[in-house]
Amino acid sequence: MDLNLDERVVWHYQALRINATLVYTWVEMGLISLLSVAVSRGLSRTPTAPLTWAQNFWESLLSIIRKQVEQIAGEDPDPYFPFVCTLFLFISLANLLSLLPGFHPPTASLSTTAALAVAVLLATPLYGIQRQGLLGYMKHYLQPTPFMLPFHLLAEVTRTVALSVRLFGNAMSGTLIVGLLLSLVPFFVPILMQLLELLIGQVQAYIFAVLATVYLASAARVQNHHGVPGGANAPPPGTPPLKGGL
Amino acid sequence: MDSSTWIATISMVTAGITMAIGVLGPAYAQGKAISEGLKAIAQQPDEAANITRTLFVGLAMIESLAIYCLVVSLILVFANPFWTHALGKS
Repeated sequence: MDLNLDERVVWHYQALRINATLVYTWVEMGLISLLSVAVSRGLSRTPTAPLTWAQNFWESLLSIIRKQVEQIAGEDPDPYFPFVCTLFLFISLANLLSLLPGFHPPTASLSTTAALAVAVLLATPLYGIQRQGLLGYMKHYLQPTPFMLPFHLLAEVTRTVALSVRLFGNAMSGTLIVGLLLSLVPFFVPILMQLLELLIGQVQAYIFAVLATVYLASAARVQNHHGVPGGANAPPPGTPPLKGGL
Repeated sequence: MDSSTWIATISMVTAGITMAIGVLGPAYAQGKAISEGLKAIAQQPDEAANITRTLFVGLAMIESLAIYCLVVSLILVFANPFWTHALGKS
């Protein structure tokens, strides 16, 4: 049972080892790049020019993603859109490709998912600092009291670990369950599990993108509500209190 | 029984117990979340898209708890560090 894609070395030259995770990631990256190049040839920029079906498909897909990001972030999606959309397309395509025989999705390796989660971890303060300035962002670690600092730091680490293990566990267990079922009931049942796996893979890609958006947006905007008590953001006296909740 | 047999037995039993107990909580939580979500959609069908999205995110976060248990039990069964250590010694 090859649980760990990283330990399957495909090609090695002295200390340089190319393992299966890298190979499958490169295959997927190449596929995405080819698709992007193929689509961006002959784009029609004016409304009257003829529209190819590929451009139609990608534009509708991207505008759906953009609308989702806008709804989740609750503000202008443009700063978050490229990062989140890249994450979503990569994970989604990886989980889709796992249906191909012989292809192991790179998301079924903890290295890939950990790298994606670390990218979110690094992007969170970057977006916050870009919006709030260094001091303004650092101040949120001391909210509401400086005693909360260790818990804020702990939360950053645990949510990164949770993000990576969630995606890894789902992708890896999917292929593993299909493999186990193939040896138990080789007829028909694995197909149903693969269908379920297809759904789970897309949902997980969606979840990853949603959580990344939530983290980025919360880091970028938290000070608008709590930063200046009684300052410019405080409602004038006499206005009814805002209703809580989402 | 020698040590490697003990390690194998305990790992298998623990993996089973991990899944059995570890799934109880998420199962209860997911059932509760879905029932509350359906109730909310029934009361406010206009907000169905918003509620469904939050419900999905919540379900995934709850489900990740069960996935942690799955990962731990898979490590116990397929990639047990104590087992490889015992194999290497004998």
